[in-house]
Amino acid sequence: MTSSEYETDFYDSLVSMWLILSGEIMKKIVVLAKQVPDTANITGQAMKEDGTVNRGKLPAIFNPEDLNGLQMALDIKSKIGAEVHVVTMGPPRAVEILKHSLYLGADKVYLVSDMKFAGADTLATSYVLSEAVKKIGNVDMVIAGRQAIDGDTAQVGPQVADKVGFNQITYVSKLNDVTEDYVIVERDGEVQTEEIKSQFPVLLTVTEEANTPGYPSCVQMRNYFKAEIAANIPAEELENAEANGLVIPVFNAENMGLNIEQCGLGGSPTKVKKIKSITLVGGDLEMFEADDSGIKLLINDIMKEYTEAN
Amino acid sequence: MKTIVYIEKNPITKNCRFVSLELAYKAYTMMQEFNGDVIGVFVGDHLPEDADKLFQNGLDKLIYYTNDNLKNLQSIAYKNIIEQIIKQEEPDIVLFGATHNGRDIAPLIASSLKTGLTADCTQLFINDLEYKKEDKGKSLYQVRPAFGGNILATIVTPDNRPMMASVREGVMPLPEKKLDKKGIMEEANIDFTEEWIKSEFLSIVPKKSTVNFDSKDVIIAGGAGVGSKENFDLLHKLAALLDAEVGASRAAVDFGYTEKARQIGQTGSVVRPKLYIAAGISGQIQHRAGMEESMKIIAINNDPNAPIFNISHKGIVGDVKDVVPKMIQMLREEE
Repeated sequence: MTSSEYETDFYDSLVSMWLILSGEIMKKIVVLAKQVPDTANITGQAMKEDGTVNRGKLPAIFNPEDLNGLQMALDIKSKIGAEVHVVTMGPPRAVEILKHSLYLGADKVYLVSDMKFAGADTLATSYVLSEAVKKIGNVDMVIAGRQAIDGDTAQVGPQVADKVGFNQITYVSKLNDVTEDYVIVERDGEVQTEEIKSQFPVLLTVTEEANTPGYPSCVQMRNYFKAEIAANIPAEELENAEANGLVIPVFNAENMGLNIEQCGLGGSPTKVKKIKSITLVGGDLEMFEADDSGIKLLINDIMKEYTEAN
Repeated sequence: MKTIVYIEKNPITKNCRFVSLELAYKAYTMMQEFNGDVIGVFVGDHLPEDADKLFQNGLDKLIYYTNDNLKNLQSIAYKNIIEQIIKQEEPDIVLFGATHNGRDIAPLIASSLKTGLTADCTQLFINDLEYKKEDKGKSLYQVRPAFGGNILATIVTPDNRPMMASVREGVMPLPEKKLDKKGIMEEANIDFTEEWIKSEFLSIVPKKSTVNFDSKDVIIAGGAGVGSKENFDLLHKLAALLDAEVGASRAAVDFGYTEKARQIGQTGSVVRPKLYIAAGISGQIQHRAGMEESMKIIAINNDPNAPIFNISHKGIVGDVKDVVPKMIQMLREEE
């Protein structure tokens, strides 16, 4: 590196540091998060007759890979300075994961909630979330978990990217570098690892390998443990809560100016025709004793089949 | 009727990915009843070297668009090109492999076409559909596990076309023997612009995976019941004697007994070997989703009520750390 290049670099970094400190070119990141039923604990009572799920009857958790997404946003924030906004679509109880996001270091959180959004498939969900991203405005980057553990579709992230017109990188397994102008990440390309550079705006979907989500900070917990949506704050405390930044904004169909036909079950091209709980059908099971003679018989069987197979 | 199958190339072998061949054959069997067409769509820098295989698996025509800019996954460019072809061809059905790249592009296209896309289907079939008392004609029934595999949902797309679905590799079978079928290749006419190239690939490193489930007739998989990393090594010893590959349940991976590449199940590989030995695996639905199509299943588990026994052909109630060493010893004596 020549000295003049070095000086230019040095000067550039001074300028960008000043711009960050003065808040002039802070990157704006939206993290898409979902509260999901803990799919390890589902009982028949949790299913409604129309085949959709009664989320009220299930323990609800922060979708694991969305926590990796939030952590990546926070890593970017600590590296170049950024505003981290967390958006979740769901019923009012989803405020729990928004509060958790604040404890972890998010700057702003939004609940996207409306009865009209119920029963949405990935297309209708991505329509609503993309409009929320547009309402937040001037967004440089959207980060989402690769997939949610209730649907496992991995479709909402890309469908939001399409609707907001961002480039996308899915299966991001590592953040390598980020500057004011670009981000460099590693992507799990299944048979290969790809190092990809993209300019802004861009949407990333992040896998569990990407990082280790941090822990809530005591300071943030103290600051935000009273954060709530306005409907859950007693009227006499509302003014005070607002002054302290403890009112979580709610986006609904009306204040986002949405086309209702594209929302919820009605706006979903896919329909659930039938739901079947999985039951195991017992087959012809031959049991062997766990002693020498039993194991010997099993080995003979394995060898016989194995030889026949070849 | 017409079905489009998105064709993917394995960037390491330069051949078609197995899932593309599987979907070509699945589309062929579905379209036969209706004298329908099966059209493959390929986007990349060069065609797969074994593209002829696609026809032997049921493709009637391969429409391709190749360009040096498209060597790697350029989501926006791939989406625009495939969408243009879909608009020209107007298929009823579009199928994607649920690979990392397929799951990247398919939702972009479904979003842009404002149609339905059902991920990770385990069964696909065509039947008449009546929805809300209206006759919707021949429709694609898309069966997929949901809620961590606790339920099987049948999804339909009554009003939007095309009906789109993705399927994971290894779920659909290949034909018993090659079809005696020839097809045609056709270059797509695309108004390509470099503005669609949004990602810059700085480096590409092939993964060094030593795990290969496809080439082995026998798979020995361990779960939480294996108990320790040391015990898991016993499975490798047994595998060496049976020329088998070693797999694992998610629990075994989470406990750190083995590497993630060995994971079998809903979030791992889907396998269908001739013989599957499940050692210390209770048989949760997520794991069964990846192995229950195996021809023979042997279960070793110390819990006689473990669900794995319900889908097994042979079983031993016992501890992995007692049973497996005896198996190793007896196999060595036979040699």
